Amino acid sequence: MQQMEFDTKWTMVVDVDKCTGCGACMVSCQAENNIAPMKEGSNKLKTLTWMLVYELNNGKEFPNREVAYLPRPCMQCGHPACVPVCPVVATTKDEEGGIVSQIYPRCIGCRYCMAACPYHARYFGWLDPVWPGGMDKALSPSTSTRPRGVVEKCNFCHSRLLDARQRARAEGMDPNKLPDGWYQPACLESCPTGAISFGDAKNPEHKVHELIKNPNAFRILESIGMEPQVYYISRRDWVREQSDNVAPGSHAENHAAEGKH
Amino acid sequence: MDSNLFPEGTKRCGLAKFMLWMAFPAAILLWGVYAAGQIFYHGIGVTGLDNYFGFGLWITFDLAVIALGAGAFFTGFLKYILKIDQLKNIINLAVVLGFLCYSGAMLILTMDIGQPIRAWFGYWHPNVHSMLTEVIFCITCYCTVLIIEFIPLIFEQKQLNKIPFLHHFAHHLHVNMALFAGIGTFLSTFHQGSLGGMYGVMFGRPYAFREGFFIWPWTFFLFVLSAVGSGPVFTVLVCTLMEKMTGKKLVEYKVKALMGKIAGTMLCVYMFFKIIDTWAWATGYLPSIGLTFEQMFYGNVYGQWLLWTELVLCGIVPAIMLITPSIRNNPTLLYSAAILDCIGVTINRYVFTVQTIAIPVMPFDNWEIYAPNWAEWATTLMICAYGALVLSLCYRYQPMFPQELKLNKK
Repeated sequence: MQQMEFDTKWTMVVDVDKCTGCGACMVSCQAENNIAPMKEGSNKLKTLTWMLVYELNNGKEFPNREVAYLPRPCMQCGHPACVPVCPVVATTKDEEGGIVSQIYPRCIGCRYCMAACPYHARYFGWLDPVWPGGMDKALSPSTSTRPRGVVEKCNFCHSRLLDARQRARAEGMDPNKLPDGWYQPACLESCPTGAISFGDAKNPEHKVHELIKNPNAFRILESIGMEPQVYYISRRDWVREQSDNVAPGSHAENHAAEGKH
Repeated sequence: MDSNLFPEGTKRCGLAKFMLWMAFPAAILLWGVYAAGQIFYHGIGVTGLDNYFGFGLWITFDLAVIALGAGAFFTGFLKYILKIDQLKNIINLAVVLGFLCYSGAMLILTMDIGQPIRAWFGYWHPNVHSMLTEVIFCITCYCTVLIIEFIPLIFEQKQLNKIPFLHHFAHHLHVNMALFAGIGTFLSTFHQGSLGGMYGVMFGRPYAFREGFFIWPWTFFLFVLSAVGSGPVFTVLVCTLMEKMTGKKLVEYKVKALMGKIAGTMLCVYMFFKIIDTWAWATGYLPSIGLTFEQMFYGNVYGQWLLWTELVLCGIVPAIMLITPSIRNNPTLLYSAAILDCIGVTINRYVFTVQTIAIPVMPFDNWEIYAPNWAEWATTLMICAYGALVLSLCYRYQPMFPQELKLNKK
């Protein structure tokens, strides 16, 4: 499948060094996107966490041990592994901005897309979503709930993009040329340290346009060529080194070594 | 009591004994039906599947039975298209087994997909780029072909065959069976391949991803070859099991040895390409994306022993045994080779399904271990029980084995 390019490229940049691992982004994501809490949520491989914070460490023992936290939304890949495999066109990358959609009423729940995604960004509704008494009244009106049995994932809070476009139209502006900051996902809003930045990477007026050029910016698993629209920044070598596989003796390691010398 | 229903001239055990036997698979079937009820009522959350292992025992089982059910299309192809006449003595069993394998796989899929009511979306909103779309098309069409191939066998039942319409209907289906065998061969070859292609196209999963020819990754061709290299001997094994259970000779050994020779030849071709493929993957592809062969394995559950067992003990060994006439002509050795062969293809389907998604691709991610729970085992065994029930009924009431009378003359 050919990589699709659009005039707008909604891009998230996470400064890993600023992330404290507080999990506010995960909580706000759950609230914004109407993700029901699971009755028995101890098995973290079954819970729905569209935004998930991974803990990384430098592999050393105390007192030299360091940790970093890496929030992982859907990468909205430029060359997604999930889109071409879906048998029923329930996930697409065909909208200006490059957000990978998930069409819940069409998904048959085969989970092939989940198997294809190496980032584990896709989740399945294993059981009926049930909100504890009263909590159902606090559901977000702009995000659809999902039945059990379909795959769901982060969509960069797509309803907020629609809201921002509506606002632009109302103010007589081009809805495809949103000013920086008009469209922000819930995780960004709730991040207490400002670790998350968001915008159109192709628009020079947006902050992320410059951020992705930062020498410390990287994407996860670049070698596989999925072209994620999520970037990370870290000034720590050991964090950047965990962005991709560079096994001893592999071609990738040789290339990396050549680059250093 | 029901002797009027038996195939012409054959002897069967008493009805009470038969019912006693049938109670065993029926009990397992009921257990499975209970589990299926739980799954349909509560959701797939009651199984051991999770967000890392969206595919598990069910998909492994489906892929394995579809490979082992390849005896139906391949034997049909050899019998009706290449006119290898000897195979007429085992073709009925191959067709019934094929039907059971495919219908069983489809029953499993009704539980495995989260929204079974939307299964028809595969036709309504097809994504022509997805290997799974092709699998949906071909499996449903081929299951229909298998039903068409199975119908004449049902209508040839002694009492049903007395009804002129059914007699003529079955006869005309028989006359045109070469056409259905041809369609079946085409459909089955393609979806066996597409099942392999499903894994081969997953470029985010280094264990499964393969380059290939045109739109088809190498796994496409490897899955076809491994299916035709094992399906025929699975038919032989089931036939032999039926012989042991009934105490009768049902198919002459010559035919079984021929099936072994056919599977062995295909298995040799498969192993030749599989070894080249594994070598190229381990030494070429993996290092190109910064991974090593050793990183693809973990502990005992996902250890290298699985690969070596698949390739050597359950690959090269049975391939050599099946193509060597002196070994093949010894029943014990033929059956041993057949068992190894079937285990090998099952391991292959398991590792492509489960190990592929168990491997952490992101460097900071961890290996996770998948274990199916009771609900998955119960429903999987339910399909095995369904197979045992249908085969028992077919054996008792349908003329499945043309040589039965001749081979059991006192």
